[in-house]
Amino acid sequence: MLILYIITVLLLGSSLLANPHKTGRALQVALQRFMKIAPAFLGMLVLVAVALYLVPDHLLVRVLARENKWIAVGSALGFGSVSIMPGFIAFPLCGILLDRGALYMVLSAFSTTLMMVGVVTFPLEKTYLGAWLALSRNAVSFIIAAVVMIATGFFFGELP
Amino acid sequence: MKILKQHPWAVGVGALFSIFMLGSPYIGFAPGEAIGRNFLSFLGQMFKVLPPIFILIGLFDVWVKTETVEKYLGHGSGPLSYLWAVLLAGTTVGGLHVALPIAHALYVKRAKLGIVLVFLSAAGICRVPMTLFEASFLGWRFTCIRFAISLPLVVFSSAVVGCWFDRRRYRLPDSVING
Repeated sequence: MLILYIITVLLLGSSLLANPHKTGRALQVALQRFMKIAPAFLGMLVLVAVALYLVPDHLLVRVLARENKWIAVGSALGFGSVSIMPGFIAFPLCGILLDRGALYMVLSAFSTTLMMVGVVTFPLEKTYLGAWLALSRNAVSFIIAAVVMIATGFFFGELP
Repeated sequence: MKILKQHPWAVGVGALFSIFMLGSPYIGFAPGEAIGRNFLSFLGQMFKVLPPIFILIGLFDVWVKTETVEKYLGHGSGPLSYLWAVLLAGTTVGGLHVALPIAHALYVKRAKLGIVLVFLSAAGICRVPMTLFEASFLGWRFTCIRFAISLPLVVFSSAVVGCWFDRRRYRLPDSVING
């Protein structure tokens, strides 16, 4: 995160030195695009806040570390697709799940759909990509996540 | 007033949610408080990440020539363009919601749709800081398998879906940059 700020300040500084007028225009573009998308971002935050409340950590641990691997895998795909989570929450959670005996393929299904498929981010994605492309990207990503999950299962000897 | 006329639903839902969030602590409605806390913590994160990202997008828009992007990531570009998109995605932060405005900025500079899709999905699966974090919790074996399987599939499927939509002259909505 700090690196992001350092890079931004450096680039903004050199841009300012090179051409103040262009830099002013860049900031204008930045503000304009930000304001255009701000409502969709706020909407996404509301959905994420509600989704995370409805699916609390202890529920995830209980369901994903189950004996029955098919139920665990299915719910991992489902939970992962619906919600999005910052990495610094998601991976420690995966670590806890692993300690509680969750299978690697379950963690794979959960983390991969978490990263690639987003039901709560869909309205935002639709604004940028249009409904059709956003839908296709999410559908394809879901299939990829399922393939990765199966491959992980084989490599770790959890399948068949 | 203009915003109320343009987005009556957004304003209405926003107002209701604000009342719900601010009112819950007063009447002691625990779920409302928890949801409110989630919302504020995410909002805080957004305010940390988005300003520099949008400033970078602005600089990109002003300084980088359309021809340059088109040459390396546009319709004439070869298979190497997907490698650039993956490397670019590897350096981003945040997640899909941060990658979306960047991907759209690339599209405005005439990157092809396949590139936009590779960038978005790759920004999900192979961000460098996140990968290190993942490996430290789940082990390198897990991370390597995930990479080896997902990355080729992402590139291949994005190229196919991108071509399919390009051939049908699909255009991304431009309402997010003007209008």
